[in-house]
Amino acid sequence: MSGAPTFEPQSAPAKWLESRLPIMGLVHSSFVAFPTPKNLNYWWTFGGILMFCLITQIITGIILVMHFTPHVDFAFASVEHIMRDVNYGWLIRYIHANGASMFFIAVYIHMFRGLYYGSYKEPRELLWILGVVIYLLMMAAAFFGYVIVWGQMSFWGATVITNLFGAIPLIGDPLLSLLWGGFAVDNPTLNRFFSLHYLVPFLIFGVVILHIWALHVPGNNNPAGIDVKGEQDTVPFHPYYTAKDLFAIVVFMIFFAAFVFYMPNALGEPDNYIEANRLSTPEHIVPEWYLLPFYAILRSIPDKLLGVIAMGIAIFVLFIVPWLDTSKVRSARFRPLYKQFFWLFVADCLLLGYIGAKPAEGAYLLIGRFATAYYFIHFFVIMPILGLIETPKPLPESISKAVLDKKGGGGGASEGAAASADKSA
Amino acid sequence: MATDHAEEPTRRDFLYIATGAVGAVGAAALAWPFIDQLNPDASVLALASIEVDLSTIDEGGAVTVTWRGKPVFIRHRTEAEIEAAKTVDISELRDPQTDAERVKRPEWLVMLGICTHLGCVPLGEKGEYDGWFCPCHGSHYDTSGRIRKGPAPLNLEVPEYAFIEDNRIKIG
Ligand code: HEM
Ligand code: FES
Repeated sequence: MSGAPTFEPQSAPAKWLESRLPIMGLVHSSFVAFPTPKNLNYWWTFGGILMFCLITQIITGIILVMHFTPHVDFAFASVEHIMRDVNYGWLIRYIHANGASMFFIAVYIHMFRGLYYGSYKEPRELLWILGVVIYLLMMAAAFFGYVIVWGQMSFWGATVITNLFGAIPLIGDPLLSLLWGGFAVDNPTLNRFFSLHYLVPFLIFGVVILHIWALHVPGNNNPAGIDVKGEQDTVPFHPYYTAKDLFAIVVFMIFFAAFVFYMPNALGEPDNYIEANRLSTPEHIVPEWYLLPFYAILRSIPDKLLGVIAMGIAIFVLFIVPWLDTSKVRSARFRPLYKQFFWLFVADCLLLGYIGAKPAEGAYLLIGRFATAYYFIHFFVIMPILGLIETPKPLPESISKAVLDKKGGGGGASEGAAASADKSA
Repeated sequence: MATDHAEEPTRRDFLYIATGAVGAVGAAALAWPFIDQLNPDASVLALASIEVDLSTIDEGGAVTVTWRGKPVFIRHRTEAEIEAAKTVDISELRDPQTDAERVKRPEWLVMLGICTHLGCVPLGEKGEYDGWFCPCHGSHYDTSGRIRKGPAPLNLEVPEYAFIEDNRIKIG
């Protein structure tokens, strides 16, 4: 972007390298000099936190593979071997298993941040779509990883999820034997899921690069949701945001460590410490917590195919959010109605998650149906209509004006900025 | 440009299209092995049939055996269960089938122990119809293994099997 100082290599080796592969310049312009809006709050640190999560999963995963055996007769035992025999195996596995949950906590915050501040809107549609692709790949990675442990939940989770594809008319059955490599979830399934579990994180890595590339064309959105007007609205990424991101990562690591060291199995299912048994389904099968809302949607529809379709739409609707939201204003700070519906939607997702963990009967089923209906109403009715009928609050003239007004007013976040923008208008 | 399009196709155009077409067919042919390797292999298919001795199963008892990696329920039904299965009004069933269509001998019910919803193993002598109940999402099956209530679309599947002796069946 304009105004950013370009990279000048100083030493002879640096000059030699840079004239052949300008990689230092790329890093410099992307992560050092990159002009970043100066009003980003802590919700913007989750991108860095996600990068930390991905690298953690890859490093711990590669180590786990050195001790893991992908075979139905040995997989479960080899995970126990990691826990009991391998030096610090318990630590590495607990980091990896809890790391998946941390990854999802971070990605959900990151996504809701986007929904709140309208970060998916023009010109960042593709950036958002690449994010949804990463989210889908993360779900695949976590699912494959959970299956290869070969506990009871692994096996029955794999059975239920793969059977979802069997609901597709005509191609359902051939597709199932293609997925399983047999007549049921079995050794061939374990082997191919292991192969894919190793592959998908690297695909994620590739899409993350595209995601950041697509971010660096329009630059960051910001809490005010207005465009950067010039240099006075930005600060260089380093040291301002490298320091802020690093601080957030350290706080996140404390939270992460609390799980790893004090409640390593709090987010897991005890049934997964029982080896897979194809002749008996556990009384109560549930997916990992991060998939529960979608599971609740699946179960709230009493028809197999329609349930699968509803669940698919619930996920894929995220791709078209940029076009479902008709508002010209990005940030919910200046959208009094959307702000309320946003929090209602967050509550609805949490409710769906709660229902997904409960048996599908009685009151739970009923509440689940209402919550499912509201999920779709939010995207297909509220989002498009709100943009047309809502009167947004006046926007600040510029990012630096919003920041300075906020300083002068001594707090009073959005209201202060909006009110003074009012006065000056 | 418009005038270009009106011209006769040249020999070069033909070569481009022919090359592209041969390339596409080749790519498709090469893709097939990479897809088909995912399908069940020879060693999986080799385990295709099993024999089961029924003499050890008393009336009211049941066993579960594994066939092709799937559970198969073999139930020695009681008179009461057979009666209950026979007297159902077919027209009210989701997947209409008479009890006679589902058994070779009324006292022996042989079927896959796989819920037709999403593949869990239903529990025996449970549910509102005293047949099977699937704990995963609440499907109820009757004493003939027919779906009566819940999300499953079909009756529990009856595999191909035959009585090779009075007390011996071959599944598959
Ligand atoms: C996107 C990144 C990743 C996610 C979300 C993820 C998720 C998971 C999950 C949820 C489990 C089950 C943990 C348990 O309950 O024990 C798991 C297990 C496993 N993962 Fe990953 N994983 C990721 C990356 C990787 C990578 C890159 C590798 C290898 C190069 C790997 C290798 C393994 C192995 C060997 C296991 C089985 C051992 C165990 O139970 O810990 N993972 N993974
Ligand atoms: S798998 Fe049996 S009810 Fe869903």
